[in-house]
Amino acid sequence: MAEITIQDIIKEENLVYKKSKVMTDTTLSYCPGCGHGTAHRLIAEVIEEMGIQAETIGVSPVGCSVLMYNFLDVDFQQAAHGRAPAVATAIKRVMPEKYVFTYQGDGDLAAIGTAETIHACNRGENITIIFVNNGIYGMTGGQMAPTTLPGMPASTCPFGRDVEIMGNPLKMTELVSQLAGTYFVTRQSVHSPRNVRKAKKAIKMAFENQKLKRGVSFVEIVSNCNSGWKLNPVKANEWMEDNMFPFYPLGDIKVDGEIVSK
Amino acid sequence: MAKIRGAILVDVEGCKGCGVCVPACPQDVLDLAKEVNGKGYNYSYMKNPEACIGCANCAIVCPDGVISVYKVKVA
Repeated sequence: MAEITIQDIIKEENLVYKKSKVMTDTTLSYCPGCGHGTAHRLIAEVIEEMGIQAETIGVSPVGCSVLMYNFLDVDFQQAAHGRAPAVATAIKRVMPEKYVFTYQGDGDLAAIGTAETIHACNRGENITIIFVNNGIYGMTGGQMAPTTLPGMPASTCPFGRDVEIMGNPLKMTELVSQLAGTYFVTRQSVHSPRNVRKAKKAIKMAFENQKLKRGVSFVEIVSNCNSGWKLNPVKANEWMEDNMFPFYPLGDIKVDGEIVSK
Repeated sequence: MAKIRGAILVDVEGCKGCGVCVPACPQDVLDLAKEVNGKGYNYSYMKNPEACIGCANCAIVCPDGVISVYKVKVA
């Protein structure tokens, strides 16, 4: 048997995985190892597989992912801080045949945009909300966010979050699952191959649900923030498994309008 | 038995050297290079290319999508 070289393997006909065509060639502005990149790619892959590139309108938030319109080759609208669900509501009502999604971080969705998020979910708008939760304000320098864990240090609470003074973290996903307007609510992560595959299925379901017109599909992605947490990417993922997942357990919370987990 | 051989192609200039792909590989193929790319990052490379099975685990966890995966069946 002749020895096969790497040049023989790397040929167009043997390709099994490549970055989605819906992603542009622009280099992502995120720090090395940031989960935002993986989340972007999953959305791009879902849009490509469903063949809805021309019918999709995204609403980008304020935060690290503010430049998302540079990275995904679909129509985009930039919303003011926290107002993405309100903007998405308007777009979906004017163009109900389009697929409308918002992509928001925890500072955007769970802090300044809490009212918009809860009311959009309560009204049952037929939109998809992708919520990336890394427990910190990444872009502005690692300040404490509503989702920061108890005892977790941040630049505005360097000795860790003291729940006596600073309050308790907000579990937005559990909160919106209680509202009648949500149809599919799930929490996923993108740090390991297994979780990436599950997250992709969840995002695909969230987009497909828009055809049913039954309400909001809400996908939380528990992610890392290496820069904010002051850890290297691999260590940050391990820290996330040990500390974030016990507080933010992964899995489906509401499927087809029925709560499946407490 | 047909054996599967895989290989990856890393966009060296796009790689940010985060190293998330290294523990994701079930075959221990990947490592970060001693050399750096144009931005000063130690990019990912195949230190053990014979073991690659083309499972694409490295590519699906890569935040920057710089890894392309190829796979062939060897008789």
